[in-house]
Amino acid sequence: MQLDAKIPSGPIAEKWDKHRFNLKLVNPANKRKYKIIVVGSGLAGGSAAATLGELGYNVDCFCFQDSPRRAHSIAAQGGINAAKNYQNDGDSVYRLFYDTVKGGDYRSREANVHRLAQVSVNIIDQCVAQGVPFAREYGGLLANRSFGGAQVSRTFYARGQTGQQLLLGAYSALSRQISVGQVNMHTRHEMLDIVVQDGRAAGIVTRNLITGEIRSHAADAVVLATGGYGNVFYLSTNAKGCNVTATYRAYKKGAGFANPCYTQIHPTCIPVKGDYQSKLTLMSESLRNDGRVWVPLNKGDKRPPDQIPEEERDYYLERKYPSFGNLVPRDVASRNAKLVCDDGRGVADSGYGVYLDFRDAINRLGEDAIRARYGNLFHMYQKITADNPYKTPMKIYPASHYTMGGLWVDYNLMSNLPGLHVIGEANFSDHGSNRLGASALMQGLADGYFVLPYTIGQYLAQHGYGNTDNTGEAFKDAENEAQARIDKLLSINGKRTPDSFHREMGKLVWDKCGMARNEAGLKEAIEKIPAIRAEFWENVAVVGGGEGINANLERAGRVADFLEFGELLCRDALERRESCGGHFREEHQTPEGEALRDDENFCHAAVWEYQGQNATPKRHQEEMTFENVKLTQRSYK
Amino acid sequence: MSGGLNLTLRVWRQNGPGDKGRIEEYQAKDINPNKSFLEMLDVVNEGLITSGQDPIEFDHDCREGICGMCSLVINGNPHGPERGTTTCQLHMRSFSDGDVITIEPFRAGAFPVLKDLMVDRSAFDRVTQAGGYVSIRTGAAPDAHATPVGKENADAAFDAATCIGCGACVAACKNASAMLFVGAKVTHLSLLPQGQPEREERARNMVKQMDEEGFGNCTNQYECEAACPKEISRNVISNMNGDFLLASLRK
Ligand SMILES: Cc1cc2nc3c(=O)[nH]c(=O)nc-3n(C[C@H](O)[C@H](O)[C@H](O)COP(=O)(O)OP(=O)(O)OC[C@H]3O[C@@H](n4cnc5c(N)ncnc54)[C@H](O)[C@@H]3O)c2cc1C
Ligand code: FES
Repeated sequence: MQLDAKIPSGPIAEKWDKHRFNLKLVNPANKRKYKIIVVGSGLAGGSAAATLGELGYNVDCFCFQDSPRRAHSIAAQGGINAAKNYQNDGDSVYRLFYDTVKGGDYRSREANVHRLAQVSVNIIDQCVAQGVPFAREYGGLLANRSFGGAQVSRTFYARGQTGQQLLLGAYSALSRQISVGQVNMHTRHEMLDIVVQDGRAAGIVTRNLITGEIRSHAADAVVLATGGYGNVFYLSTNAKGCNVTATYRAYKKGAGFANPCYTQIHPTCIPVKGDYQSKLTLMSESLRNDGRVWVPLNKGDKRPPDQIPEEERDYYLERKYPSFGNLVPRDVASRNAKLVCDDGRGVADSGYGVYLDFRDAINRLGEDAIRARYGNLFHMYQKITADNPYKTPMKIYPASHYTMGGLWVDYNLMSNLPGLHVIGEANFSDHGSNRLGASALMQGLADGYFVLPYTIGQYLAQHGYGNTDNTGEAFKDAENEAQARIDKLLSINGKRTPDSFHREMGKLVWDKCGMARNEAGLKEAIEKIPAIRAEFWENVAVVGGGEGINANLERAGRVADFLEFGELLCRDALERRESCGGHFREEHQTPEGEALRDDENFCHAAVWEYQGQNATPKRHQEEMTFENVKLTQRSYK
Repeated sequence: MSGGLNLTLRVWRQNGPGDKGRIEEYQAKDINPNKSFLEMLDVVNEGLITSGQDPIEFDHDCREGICGMCSLVINGNPHGPERGTTTCQLHMRSFSDGDVITIEPFRAGAFPVLKDLMVDRSAFDRVTQAGGYVSIRTGAAPDAHATPVGKENADAAFDAATCIGCGACVAACKNASAMLFVGAKVTHLSLLPQGQPEREERARNMVKQMDEEGFGNCTNQYECEAACPKEISRNVISNMNGDFLLASLRK
């Protein structure tokens, strides 16, 4: 497997400009002769499809929901970062770059991160021009807040619905391109495979979720923008439909999967209640700006929170990290919640919860001010739990939320499989081993609006146009394979639902490869997952047929991929014998219990190459070199 | 049966657009009141699947009230009995042991039933494509601070922009009017300076498409406002009518 990151030479601040100048351009008159497939209509896919359409390319865009506006980006709450320095508090492109590299625990590519910070400022301009109603101050200018671990206020937001407003912005741009015929939108279509022909990504295979029709589509280039795989844990803050199918299928066709073990466990979610739950709900971490996290000082203290006096509360984040307090990065906040709960001081029915308390903020600012900031979040919390957070502290606990791992891409956002580009959460991204809050929206839109539309030109110009014939053998083979898999699922007639398998493996992976991991646990998971998978293929219950609407069948297909992917996740975690960011190996910690990196041996991205069914995949490395940011032990004390 | 609810569900089953459809009864047993409504349906479906019967098809995705994918008319109310709540956020504590719950799809000529409780709401996408945007190319934007927007307008624009495009407004209206949906988008953009240049054209084109899709007229009953899970105000309809009128006068 060839892993050439194609990082431009020269000083970090000049790389992107220089690269843009050096990129081959596609002649404007020729653009309309190219066809590009974009799978996904979230922030990444929606913005890319719209922008490519504006440039004159013919775009076919796919999503599994009934409308592109429903991609899971819609659920993002807290905000989007940009180095605008509108608050005059010392922010800059370089500081955002620096914070992101440091926050990612030095496991990301400097050049990509710098570019991300550079284009962040354009994103805000673009969105405002589209009519995205960001929060504003009384003077009419944009408001900012500080967010998850940042000491400057660089986060732009639209109450607690930032993702919704940004996605509706991208959706409006996409709608405009659909109306002029530049983008052909295929809703309720699921991508089931990538087609590789003559060594390049030549198209995809989809299933029409209404008619059940399986067919292939050919194009000059394919862009995957299919989001993250957080649902591998079954319970997560992701939407029910989020899946690993598109990226995992690409992996099986030769694309490298980088750092699957980098998963982000978000510290502030509503704790699990009972075993029937279908998903977990995030409470935006912007709440940590005003809420104080605590647990009872004494084990087993079952008194209601308002009866626990101040001196018997442990505001453990403020105690351990005096300078960052409640705003430490996500991985640190999550791990500490687990520690106090493992210590027997957790709250909630299960003992796996901590308080997030707004009492002091309400006393200081008044209930109305808090309502203006977080009204919809408090409302959502009350709906789900029937508790009123204005009166009693919220109970929160970490949950799977975001995945930093993904398909490997070079500086041009192209995978090792020529023609296959990957953007947004689906790629291995710019966040190293831990993503800072409000940076995923930034990355998705950076990739889609401002990076891919340029860099894809390099591939297209070299490759030529007109590759739209889907009658070749590779296409037919891929279609037949997809059909055979569906037939197989329908023929098993077993006794267990797809969800029951997903729940079983999800719990295993959460226990052994969640917030803390160790060698014995990972080996155990790697041994057990194949058995779950084997039972799945003998005993899964899929009713109905392949023609027409069949959600049961859709789920079975997605679960089947998770059952393979879960093993890859654990294997990657096992081989990374260090702790970094969201990947915490219990064997590797400082005396204070912080993640202990091993820069000598693991300062690289691990990229997995598929070797065939039931064969151990091959691990490759892309070294990460740091010329601008000095590697240090992260400290938020 | 520790506090679980036992319910009778009367569910609309329909094989496809051409099928006549019928109500069928199911028992939901020992349902934990902390479950969400969709989690309750998941349980019923698991039972159906393991006994080899076709599960009830319904749309859903985020399950946190923001994607607009879930629908359902529950005991006659789009998204059920609670105000300002989507079906996915409705919890079973809103029901009592022994209740009979009737579950039907969002009904409207412009929203044909695809199967069971799933309907086709692509008409909303086409209405948006007719003009629900600001025509601005990527990369062409001026600095975000070039045009201040008064906080009051920005907040009001945001309120209108919170529409999740679920279609409850249409399902609630006896004329199947989409005025609340269209009004919300028109209002959002017409309150912002960025939306001004195309303001009248936008109202005209969106309303035209709305009519072509077969949505009905507004007869000022405002069932839409009551059903809207995001509690979008009926005022967006008068705003839209204002813009539309201007557009027609000038044409
Ligand atoms: C609850 C929540 C809150 C968040 N809050 C924030 C925040 O405040 N700030 C921040 O920066 N980030 C936040 N994030 C993270 C951020 O929202 C996501 O990382 C980002 O939106 C992902 O965008 P995307 O375009 O890559 O993928 P998505 O938005 O997930 O889009 C994926 C698209 O791919 C399509 N798709 C997927 N699989 C297939 C398939 N097999 N076939 C066809 N189509 C397919 C889907 O239909 C969809 O259109 C949050 C995430 C969650 C879950
Ligand atoms: S499932 Fe997303 S709003 Fe209900």
